[in-house]
Amino acid sequence: MAAEELKTGPLEYRTQEGRMTILGFWIFLAAEVVLFATLFATYAVLFGRTGDAPAPMELFEPGIVLVMTFLLLTSSFTCGLAIHQMRRGNVKGLMTWMIVTLALGFGFLGFEIYEFVHYVHEGASLTSSAYWSGFFVLAGTHGLHVTLGTGWAILLLIQIARRGLTNVTSRKFFIISLYWHFLDVIWIFIFTCVYLIGMVI
Amino acid sequence: MAKTDKKVPMNHVIGFALSIIMTLLAAWAVIQSDLPVTWVIVFIMVLALLQAGVQLFMFMHMTEKESGGGAVPWNMMFHGFALAAILVAGSLFTMSFGFDHGDHGDHGGEHEEHMEMDDSEGDHSGH
Repeated sequence: MAAEELKTGPLEYRTQEGRMTILGFWIFLAAEVVLFATLFATYAVLFGRTGDAPAPMELFEPGIVLVMTFLLLTSSFTCGLAIHQMRRGNVKGLMTWMIVTLALGFGFLGFEIYEFVHYVHEGASLTSSAYWSGFFVLAGTHGLHVTLGTGWAILLLIQIARRGLTNVTSRKFFIISLYWHFLDVIWIFIFTCVYLIGMVI
Repeated sequence: MAKTDKKVPMNHVIGFALSIIMTLLAAWAVIQSDLPVTWVIVFIMVLALLQAGVQLFMFMHMTEKESGGGAVPWNMMFHGFALAAILVAGSLFTMSFGFDHGDHGDHGGEHEEHMEMDDSEGDHSGH
C-alpha cells in the first residue's frame, strides 16, 4: 500500500494510509455533526423552559458573544494560513500560524469560562432549569472540543518541532486543521441558534 | 511541494472577509433592525448556512482532487447535515409545535396555551 507513494501533490495525500486516514476523519466529522444535532434538538425543544432561572434574553450580552465569534473566526482563518504554509514546505510559517491559532483559541476559552461563571452567579447553572441544562450541555460540549483541540495542537507542535515535515506529521496537521475549522462551523450555529435567536425571541 | 507558491492564499482571505461580514450582518439584524422576528430568524439561519459553506468549501479543502477520495468528504458532510436537519426539525415538530411553553413560540394551541398560562403566570410574577 505504502509502496505506491506519490511523488507530487501535498505530503498528506501521498500515501494510501494518509488519504484513508483523512477520509476516516471526514467520517468522524460527519458523526460529530450528528452528535451536535442531538444537542441542538434538545436545546430547541427545551427552549423557553427556564423555570425560576433568568431568561436567556436577560443574560446574553451581544458584546462578549461577538468577541468570542470573531476570535474563533480569526483562529479558523489563521489555521487555514498554517496549512497553506505547510503546503509550501514552510515549517516555521506553519508553527507560527498554529501558535497564533492556539492563542486565539485560548482567548475564546477564556471568554467562554468567564461567561459561564457569570451566568452561574446570576442564577443560571446546569441544574437550575431544563433550558439552562440544554444550553450548558450544548455550549459546554463545544467548549470541551475546543479545549481538546488546543491540547492536541500543542502535542502536534512538539512533534513537528522534533521530526519536521513528513508524510505523517503533515497528515496530522491537516487533520487538526479540519477539526479546528469544523469547531468554527459548530460555533456559527451556536452563535446563530442559541445567542442570536435567544436575543430576538 | 511547491504547488502553491502564492504567499497569501486569496480564497482564505476572501472566505475570512465573507464570514466577518456575514457575522456582522447577522448581529445587525438581531440588534438593530426592525424586521419581524420570523424574518430575522430566517435571515440569520441563511447566513449561518452560508458561513458553514464558506468554512467547508474555502477553508477545509472539501473538494480537493488530490485527496483521492473524490466526492467522499462532500458526501459525508451532506449526509451528516441532512441527518442534523431531520433530527432538529423532527424533534421540534414532535415536541414543540402545537404547544406553548410559557410565553415563547407563536404556534401555541389554544388549549395548551391556556393551561400553561395559569401556572406560568405565577412563575413570572415570582421574579
